[in-house]
Amino acid sequence: MSFANKVLAIVWKDVISELRTREMFSSMLVFALLVMVIFNFSFELRVENIVQVAPGILWVTFAFASTLELTRSLATETENDCLEGLFLAPMDRGVIYFGKMLGNLIFISAVEALTLPIFSVLFNLSLIRIPLLVTIFLGTVGFAAVGTLLSTIAVSTRAREVMLPVLLFPIILPVVIAAAKVTGGILDGVALGELAHWLRFLVGFDIIFLVISYLTFDFVVQS
Amino acid sequence: MPGDSRITNLLSWLSGLSMMVALYLVFLFAPTEATMGDVQRIFYFHVSSAWVGFFAFFVTLIAGIAFLRTGSRDWDVVALSSVEIGITFTTMAVITGSIWAKATWNAWWPWQQEPRLVLISILLLLYLAYLMLRAFLEGEEQKARFAAVYGIVAFMSVPFTFMSVRWWQGLHPVIFEREGMHLTPAMLATFLFCLLTFTLLYFTLLLHRTRLGRMEDQVEGLKERLSLREGGSL
Repeated sequence: MSFANKVLAIVWKDVISELRTREMFSSMLVFALLVMVIFNFSFELRVENIVQVAPGILWVTFAFASTLELTRSLATETENDCLEGLFLAPMDRGVIYFGKMLGNLIFISAVEALTLPIFSVLFNLSLIRIPLLVTIFLGTVGFAAVGTLLSTIAVSTRAREVMLPVLLFPIILPVVIAAAKVTGGILDGVALGELAHWLRFLVGFDIIFLVISYLTFDFVVQS
Repeated sequence: MPGDSRITNLLSWLSGLSMMVALYLVFLFAPTEATMGDVQRIFYFHVSSAWVGFFAFFVTLIAGIAFLRTGSRDWDVVALSSVEIGITFTTMAVITGSIWAKATWNAWWPWQQEPRLVLISILLLLYLAYLMLRAFLEGEEQKARFAAVYGIVAFMSVPFTFMSVRWWQGLHPVIFEREGMHLTPAMLATFLFCLLTFTLLYFTLLLHRTRLGRMEDQVEGLKERLSLREGGSL
């Protein structure tokens, strides 16, 4: 089997099992909605122009939902020793990394795809725009790239639910800043040329952290 | 290891002496700054602390990579020691930075004017996360391995965080240009000497702490051998 086929096999396994139970997806969606509603209420009382804080709220929601997904994705693997089964399969550890990463990317994107229209309605903003979707994709790749590695680390600790946010958030802060800046810029009608350096920054972050995570993943999964 | 402690002793004395000289330079030798007055003297210790904070993190990165490549426990001790020392100096940098910000801009935490304060605080959070990770893991080998990986990822995120925080601030023009602080040759000399002193202090502390770490390992080894022997002889 080629590298790509093995990766897709892992992705397929994750997608099929999620389609059958829909546990993770539904809990993520409900959580994202709750976060948005809470923010909506907290700011509504004090902030005149909700558009100002919308980018921040959007990306905090995405960050929290991603953390939920990353933890659940690895947690389901620890049941029934699925993780050991994965490691016993005759393949390069990097395959497991990319397989899990793509799976995470797909699931987080799916929730984002559902959250975005609801967010647009709640905040009365037009968010379904190509530049914005590209930004959201780049940001999500960043979350998934680092998150897959760190969630694999966190799942071995005693306080796995708490550990992932503690490890992840300081590291993905540049992604959140960049993505929120671009989102805000697009909503404000800023020309894309002026936001280009942020987008290049996101691409750079994604590439570098995909490489670093891929290279160090080996050391995390050896027994 | 008698040679070991000779170097440690020498460095300890050197650091102490150097710090005395540095204190004299900062408080008595360096001239008072024109715009900010005496409060500017915090700058010497603040920047030196921040420098050690970053340098210690860099050492953790190198030690982490070395551990992953060689598997030698000594490298892990160096990494952990560096983190502990780094946290101390970074905390000092945060506190002195905040005091200086309050004196200069009348705000304890000026997000817009001073992105570097934000950056140092994120460095502190990364350090604390490193320690928390080690605390919640079982098994020395796993601790060392995971911590090394996290140390690498965390350090690589620092340049990105620096850039993003800098650009984010760039949209709001800085009203008070701290770069406008003109350093006379005397101040520059004081500043460089402080940097040197703090770096020397860092290495001294690192030597002490790694020696302690190695002794801790030896004690653990002895305890295990003892319990095995007692368990064996019924």
